[in-house]
Amino acid sequence: MAILVLAEHDNQQLKPGVTNAVAAAQKIGGEIHLLVAGSACSGAASAAAQVAGVAKILVADAPHYAGGSPENLAPLLVGIAKNYSHLLASASAYGKNVMPRVAALLDVAQISEIISVESPDTFVRPIYAGNAFATVQSTDAIKVITVRATGFDAVAATGGAAAIENIAVAADSGQSKILKQELTKSDRPELVAAKRIVSGGRGMGDGDKYRQVLEPLADKLGAALGASRAAVDAGFVPNDYQVGQTGKIVAPELYIAVGISGAIQHLAGMKDSKVIVAINKDPEAPIFQVADYGLVGDLFTLVPELTAAL
Amino acid sequence: MKILVPVKRVVDYNVKVRVKADQSGVELTNIKMSMNPFDEISIEEAIKLREAGVATEIIAVSIGVTQCQETLRTALAMGADRAILVETVADVQPLAVAKLLKAICEKESPQLVILGKQAIDDDSNQTGQMLAALLDWPQATFASKVTVTSGMAEVMREIDGGMETIEIKLPAIITTDLRLNTPRYATLPNIMKAKKKPLDVMTPETLGVDVTPRLKTLKVVEPPKRKGGVIVTDVAALIDKLKNEAKVI
Ligand SMILES: Cc1cc2nc3c(=O)[nH]c(=O)nc-3n(C[C@H](O)[C@H](O)[C@H](O)COP(=O)(O)OP(=O)(O)OC[C@H]3O[C@@H](n4cnc5c(N)ncnc54)[C@H](O)[C@@H]3O)c2cc1C
Ligand SMILES: Nc1ncnc2c1ncn2[C@@H]1O[C@H](COP(=O)(O)O)[C@@H](O)[C@H]1O
Repeated sequence: MAILVLAEHDNQQLKPGVTNAVAAAQKIGGEIHLLVAGSACSGAASAAAQVAGVAKILVADAPHYAGGSPENLAPLLVGIAKNYSHLLASASAYGKNVMPRVAALLDVAQISEIISVESPDTFVRPIYAGNAFATVQSTDAIKVITVRATGFDAVAATGGAAAIENIAVAADSGQSKILKQELTKSDRPELVAAKRIVSGGRGMGDGDKYRQVLEPLADKLGAALGASRAAVDAGFVPNDYQVGQTGKIVAPELYIAVGISGAIQHLAGMKDSKVIVAINKDPEAPIFQVADYGLVGDLFTLVPELTAAL
Repeated sequence: MKILVPVKRVVDYNVKVRVKADQSGVELTNIKMSMNPFDEISIEEAIKLREAGVATEIIAVSIGVTQCQETLRTALAMGADRAILVETVADVQPLAVAKLLKAICEKESPQLVILGKQAIDDDSNQTGQMLAALLDWPQATFASKVTVTSGMAEVMREIDGGMETIEIKLPAIITTDLRLNTPRYATLPNIMKAKKKPLDVMTPETLGVDVTPRLKTLKVVEPPKRKGGVIVTDVAALIDKLKNEAKVI
């Protein structure tokens, strides 16, 4: 049977995790369809049609699908679920919001944040902040799954030529309304898709120093900016910068942790990075246990020095 | 109005768990257990709503072994009014937890259920959304600010790109994120008082819920270890390594 991937998008473009979820679907095996539900989302539908390996795009276009309301998206998915063996979404805030709701309506389990596919009913997922990997087998008829992007190399976003089909839209549940969105504006790459990340922790001192010290380094490297929970809680940077067990999970080619101690909850979000650099004045900081290259000393001298030398 | 707050007993967040040699799970004997940190945030928010005159009663609920009573006593000491334990030794997965909570909601008719966004043991991030589906209530997940007005709640949510504010009709489900509040500590007098607060015990059977797991855990293993790296002497050495050894710049 076919596999349906719920595609996250902003009505024009697909979000980064979608192509990783398609990669997971390929590992499961079967014809792959993408669901694009949104409002005036034909741009996103055309982008979806180009994703490699996808056979069909289902489009549900209505005002009440804007913003990804789970009260409206879940019944839409449930309505078409009988045609599919698996329903997938990336484990983003959007996917995590919608997919458990879908699973409960179908009376099946949801399998969160898989990092590998062992067989069509068996998957590996991290538990306890990534300190253990569980292999779980689903006994349900339909598998509802969220996919951790770092576990699967994305398929090509272009080169495909899927057919686009409009599907019937369900009525607005009227249970919920978006009043406003305040999105962090940045010219930098998206954190979860970035090849390089510069991340700052409590050691940055305050928001101004975070920006003064880390932005020039990120500029030189073309890197995204991230942070520890402590830096977010202290208001140095917005919440969407948080990397970790309860923030974003990243695995760039280069992760530079500055003034971050390396709590398990932080490591959970970045320890699969290819190369980790840690800059910290405390030689005992646990971050050095996962860092490929450690630099011990005051970040306020070391980081500007590094930036200048690049 | 009543607020229901589900609280889970989990391995304390400071503990680095170890996988059992037989790969059946993680070692839990003699390990410090605590209330899931997100659930402390939920209790705190419920207390704030009661202090603001919005809520009249806070009911803490836990599902699991007898020792979950300790977690419930903590909730009572923080300020919950009464507690319910659904006692079972079974592995209760999020769908079954949601079904049990639905059964309790049908008895208690709360206007709000405030759950944590995620339990830090299974890292599922599902139960609140599932309960919302089963009750056909709206959901506001990952909340970082909650305002309740007549029949409505306005909730600011942490989303991937920043923040979003939504309005939902009550009754509704809210799941808490880290920035919602800072939970209070239970004071000694309140810990004493909590011992006298009512704590009802039920079972999945009396609630008429089948909790049979849908996911079978075949094995639990340790993740691949990262090899420890080197401490470099200075910035020049770091750049040399990044260029010539790691080849990432
Ligand atoms: C439920 C829960 C969920 C959590 N989720 C997350 C999560 O998703 N992500 C996350 O990051 N954390 C998370 N945490 C928090 C985590 O436990 C740590 O508290 C947090 O990661 C610490 O942040 P930090 O390393 O910036 O701060 P600290 O631990 O205070 O470390 C600061 C570091 O900066 C160094 N430093 C200070 N000044 C300088 C200087 N001038 N030069 C060089 N080094 C300096 C210090 O030596 C120290 O090592 C969570 C906690 C809980 C309870
Ligand atoms: N066994 C349980 N007892 C009480 N509450 C629970 C239990 N399991 C999950 N919850 C609630 O559901 C939230 C999310 O858990 P999870 O979906 O497992 O990540 C937790 O923060 C709790 O509020």
